[in-house]
Amino acid sequence: MTANLISLLVLLPVALAAILTMTGQRLPTLSRGLDVAGVAVLLAVSAGLLLTGAGDTPQVIELGSWAAPFGIVWVFDRLSGLMLLLTATVALLALVYAIRRDEDQAGPHFHALFQAQLFGLNGAFLTGDLFNLFVFFEVLLLASYGLLLHGNGRKRTRAGFHYVVVNLIGSTLFLFAVGALYGTVGSLNLADITLKLPDVAPDAVPLVTTAIFLLFTVFLIKGAAFPLYLWLPGAYAHASIPVAALFAIMTKVGLYSVLRVDSVMLSDNSIGGLVETTTLIAPWLLWLGLVTLLLAALGVVAARFVRRQVAYLIIASVGTILIALGLVTGNAGEAAIGGALYYWMHTTVLSAGFFLLAGLILHHRPEAGDGIESAPPMPHAILVGSLFFAYAIAMAGLPPLTGFFGKIMILAAALDSPLMAPIFAVILTSGLIMVIALARAGSRLFYQSQATPGHPAHARPADARVALPGVGMAVLPLVLAGAMVVGAQPLSGWLAGTAAQIAASDGYLDAVMPDGVLDPAHAPGKFGADQDGGSH
Amino acid sequence: MTNLALSLLIGVLTGAGVYLVLRAQTFPVVLGLTLMSYGVNLFLFTMGRLQTAAPAVIGAVENPTDPLPQALVLTAIVIAFAMTAFVIVLALKARAALGNDHVDGMHIPQADRVLDRKEEPRA
Repeated sequence: MTANLISLLVLLPVALAAILTMTGQRLPTLSRGLDVAGVAVLLAVSAGLLLTGAGDTPQVIELGSWAAPFGIVWVFDRLSGLMLLLTATVALLALVYAIRRDEDQAGPHFHALFQAQLFGLNGAFLTGDLFNLFVFFEVLLLASYGLLLHGNGRKRTRAGFHYVVVNLIGSTLFLFAVGALYGTVGSLNLADITLKLPDVAPDAVPLVTTAIFLLFTVFLIKGAAFPLYLWLPGAYAHASIPVAALFAIMTKVGLYSVLRVDSVMLSDNSIGGLVETTTLIAPWLLWLGLVTLLLAALGVVAARFVRRQVAYLIIASVGTILIALGLVTGNAGEAAIGGALYYWMHTTVLSAGFFLLAGLILHHRPEAGDGIESAPPMPHAILVGSLFFAYAIAMAGLPPLTGFFGKIMILAAALDSPLMAPIFAVILTSGLIMVIALARAGSRLFYQSQATPGHPAHARPADARVALPGVGMAVLPLVLAGAMVVGAQPLSGWLAGTAAQIAASDGYLDAVMPDGVLDPAHAPGKFGADQDGGSH
Repeated sequence: MTNLALSLLIGVLTGAGVYLVLRAQTFPVVLGLTLMSYGVNLFLFTMGRLQTAAPAVIGAVENPTDPLPQALVLTAIVIAFAMTAFVIVLALKARAALGNDHVDGMHIPQADRVLDRKEEPRA
C-alpha cells in the first residue's frame, strides 16, 4: 500500500501531463480542475505518508522487482518525503495564483508542462540511482524550459536562452561524471557505489575523485552556488510570476542532491582506501556558501526591481544552506542539517510567496511595475505594503518569523566550528545588508508615493475596492510561516530526527542493499584489469 | 591504437564544443552544444571498455561486452537530440524577438528602443 502511494507521487503527474496535453487548449476549465486536483492529491499523499511515519525507515521500491544494483530503485525516507511535501505546497500556491489571475492562459500547454515539471521534481527526489537522477533532471529541465518561456517577452526569451544553454552544459558535465563513475566503480546505484568505493583500484582513484567533483559541480549549477549562479537572477526575474514561484523549489533539487550524495556516498567512506571522502566536499560547500551568501546580499542591494531582489534572496538562502551543509564534518553536523532543513522549508515556501507578492505589485502599478521607484500609490497599498513588510522581515531573518529561527539553529551549530568567526560575520553582515536593501525597497514602493493629477500622494486611489485576485496565495505562505514559528518545538524535533536519519547513512544502505555487494567479481580492480582490452 | 584515436576524438570534439559554446552568436553556441554531446556520448560508450567481435549478449561469447553503457548512450542520444531541437527553435525565436543573433541580444541600442516600444512595459 505504502509502495503504491509512493509510486503514485511520480506516476500521477506523468499521467496527468499526458492527459492535459490533449485537453489543454480545448477544455480549459477541465484542465484547470485536473491540474489542481492532481497537485492536491500529491500534497495530501506526501503529507499523509510523512504523518503516518512511512519514511521513518527508508522505503525501497524496486522497479520491475529487480533488486538494487541491477534495477532502478526509488527510496522514500523522511528527507525525500519532506522535499515532496514542499514541492506540492509550492506547486499548489503557484497554480492557484496562475488560475486566479488567468496567467495560465498566456500560452499553450501551461498545465501539461506544470505536471511534467512535478513529475521530474518528484522523480529526482525519490530516485536512488545516479543515471535515473540524470534522466529526471532532464525531465524537470525540459518542462522548466517550456514554463520559463510561457507567455512572451523579449527579455524572457533572452534569459530563457541563457538558462537553457547553462543547463545543457550542466547535463553534459553530469554525463561525464556518471560515465566516469560507472567506468571506474562499475555501478550507478548510489548505495552500490558507496559500498564499492573503498575497493576502487589505486590507479583509478584520481579519476573517481574527479568524477565526484564533477558531479557536485553539476549539483551546484542547479543549486545556483557561487560562481555558477549567474544564470538565476535573469531567468527567475523574467519568468512569469507563477513559474518563478514554482522555481523556488528548483534550486533545492541541486541542494537536495548535494545533501543526499554527500551523506550517503561520502560520509565515513574512502576512495580506494587512499582518499578520505568525509572532508572531500564539505569544506568547499562551506566556503562557496559564504561567498554566495555575501554576493547575493549585494545583489539584493543592487536589484532595481522586486522580482530580481527575490531572485537574489533565493541565492542568499542557497548560500546559507550550503554553509550549514558544509558544517557536516564538525561535531555538530546533525544539528546543522536539522537547522538547515528548517531554514530550507522556510525559504522555499516564503520565496515562492514573495514572488507572488512581487507579481501583485508588478501588475497593479501600471506606471512603474515592480521597479523600486516612486509611483502613484497602488490599490490596497496598506495590505500589500504590510505583506511586503512581513516577507522582508522573514526573508532577512529578523524575529519573530521563521528566517530568524532557521539562522539561529545554523549559527548554534556553527559555534563549535573552527570557522565560527567568518560564518558569524558573513551570516550577520549579509542579514544586515538585506534588511537595509528591503527597507529601502519597501519605503520607495509604499511610502514615497508620487502625487498625480488624479489623486494626491499617500491617499489610496479612488477605486479602493478594486479586486486583487491571487492575494490569498501571497498571504498563505505567511500563515504557514506563522505555523512553523508556533510549532517550532515539535517541528525542529522532527527535523532533528530527520537529520539523524540522514547522518546515519547505514540505514539507507541496508534498505537498498540488504545483502551488501552482490557481485564481487564486478567491483575491485575492474579499471586495472581492463587495460588490455577488457575482461572481468 | 584504437584507444588513443578514440581518446583524441573525444578530446577534440569536447574541446571544439567548449570553444564554440563560448562564441557570441547563438548558432555557434548550438553547434558547440551538439559537439559536446557527441563527445560525451562517445565517452559514455567507451566506459564499457572497447572490444571487437563481442556482442552484448551473455553466453554468446566468452567475454561479452557490457550492455549497460550502450543503454545509457541510447538514452543520452535521445535526450541530447531533443534538447538540440529545442535549443535551435529557441535560438530562432530569440533571433526573431531580439532582432539579432547575439547571445545577449541587446547590442544595438537603436533596435532596442524600437523593440521596447513594441512590447508592453516590464512584462
